[in-house]
This record gives sequence, structure tokens and C-alpha cells, in this order.
Amino acid sequence: MLTGVAFWVLAVVAVAAGVAVFVVDSMARATYALALSFIAVGVQILLLEQGYLGLITILMMVMEMAVMAIYMVMFMGMNPALMPMDMTHGKKTAIGASVGAFVLLASGALLIPWPQRRGAVPEDLTRALGLEIMGEKMLVMAVLGPVMVATIVAGVVLAAHRSRYDRFGDDLRRRPADDPQPGGVGR
Amino acid sequence: MTLEAVLVVAAALFAVGLYGALSQQVVVMVMMGLELMINGVLLAAAGFWLFLAPDPTGQVLLLVVLAAMTVEMAMGFAVATLLHRRRQTDMTDMAEELSG
Repeated sequence: MLTGVAFWVLAVVAVAAGVAVFVVDSMARATYALALSFIAVGVQILLLEQGYLGLITILMMVMEMAVMAIYMVMFMGMNPALMPMDMTHGKKTAIGASVGAFVLLASGALLIPWPQRRGAVPEDLTRALGLEIMGEKMLVMAVLGPVMVATIVAGVVLAAHRSRYDRFGDDLRRRPADDPQPGGVGR
Repeated sequence: MTLEAVLVVAAALFAVGLYGALSQQVVVMVMMGLELMINGVLLAAAGFWLFLAPDPTGQVLLLVVLAAMTVEMAMGFAVATLLHRRRQTDMTDMAEELSG
């Protein structure tokens, strides 16, 4: 009973905060609203008996929102980030698509005869998950690792102001390097 | 708390995120919309896991969804940085062609 009430309270908080992200008049407030929505969903996942994933979700999302706040200030400056703004396009189409998606998904959720539960929740779920990813599902983690490394490399390549290709040319053969200031490596 | 309830809440989160991803002009706000959509997927997956098949294999799928969120954010921020440097903007309407 108490769990059910907590779930619905959190559901209202999560959805209302999600809506607030696109309704409030400043990006700073939008970031806080999104963080609140994520924390509410993280606690809901905790209520769904998944302690490890719920906690990871909360920690990861709070950090992501902190990074997002830095980017917001970086791109827009501190004052615009705190000032009212409305930068939208195609609102009617977006509302139509959004309502359509909700009706479709909610209808599916309510009308589909879901099967009975198979099995029971493991006694120590975090341990069971650890054994799974270090055992039978090792391939998943072995793939995720390189994907993360590729993300780091791609992120640096995209975000770096000047790369080795800017300095040494497309074939990396230009000497001396094309640097704005002399005296660096390659001189 | 039932599977249907969890899925309806997840659908609401997904729909709100879809609205944001389609309607916002600022790249960071579009990313917020995408994050909300993935958040809905995560909640739905957590509900499916508990109410249909609560074995550790399903938890691995949720880890993959979390990893997808991380990759999306990292690449989104990198593209936003690139866009800002090349075009001096963070608006999607001013980046309609990806020709640099």
C-alpha cells in the first residue's frame, strides 16, 4: 500500500518535472527540473526492487545534469541562462506527435494481456548481476567497454579545437606544423 | 503498483521527451528531450523485469540502456561544442546542413 502511494507520488513528480523542463522560462530551471525528474525515476526503480540500477541512475543523472549546467552557461553565458527565453519551433506538430505517442503506448500497456511472472527476484540481486556480467553475459560488457572508449575518442576528436590533422595536414606529412604560435612539437 | 501503471508512467515520460526533442531549438534542450525519452524506456524496462521475468539477464539489458544514455550525452555534448565553435550557435535551425 505504502509502496503504491510512494510510486504514484514519484510518478507525478517525475512527469510534472519532465513537463516543467520545457515550460519553465530559463535553461537553469529546466536543468534542475530534469534532475528532479531523473531522481524521481531513480527512486521508482529502487521501489521496483532494483537497488543497484536505481542508485546508478540517480548518481549518473545528477552528474550529467551538473555537466549540462556547465555547458549551458558555457554556450549561453550566465545571464541568458538565468533569463526568460522561449526557443521552440513546430510546437503544434510536436504536441500532436507527443499526444499520439502517449495514447498509442498507454493503450498498448493497458490492453495487452501481459503474461504471468516467470521466476522470482534473486535474494541478492546485485551479486547475481555481478556474476552474470562476469560470466554468461561477459560478451555484453566486452562490447560495452570498447564502445565507451570509442565514445571518448570520438568526443575528443569532435570537441578538440585543433587536432594533429589541423597541424600536420590530412596525410600528417606537413613540416613544420601549422601552429599559431611557434616553438611547439614539430618545430 | 502494477506493470500497467509503470508502463503508463513510462509512456508519459517518453511522450514528454518526444515533445521536447521535436520542439526545442537549442541543442542542449533537444538532448534533454532525448534523455527523458530514454528515461521512460529505462523505467519501462525496470517494470518488465520485475513483473514479467525477474532474472539477472534482464538487468544486463538495463545496464545497456544506461550505457546508451551515457554515449548519447557524451556525443551530444561533443557535437554541441563543435557546432558552437564552427557556427557560433547552439540552435538546431542554424545547423541544417552538416557540411562544417
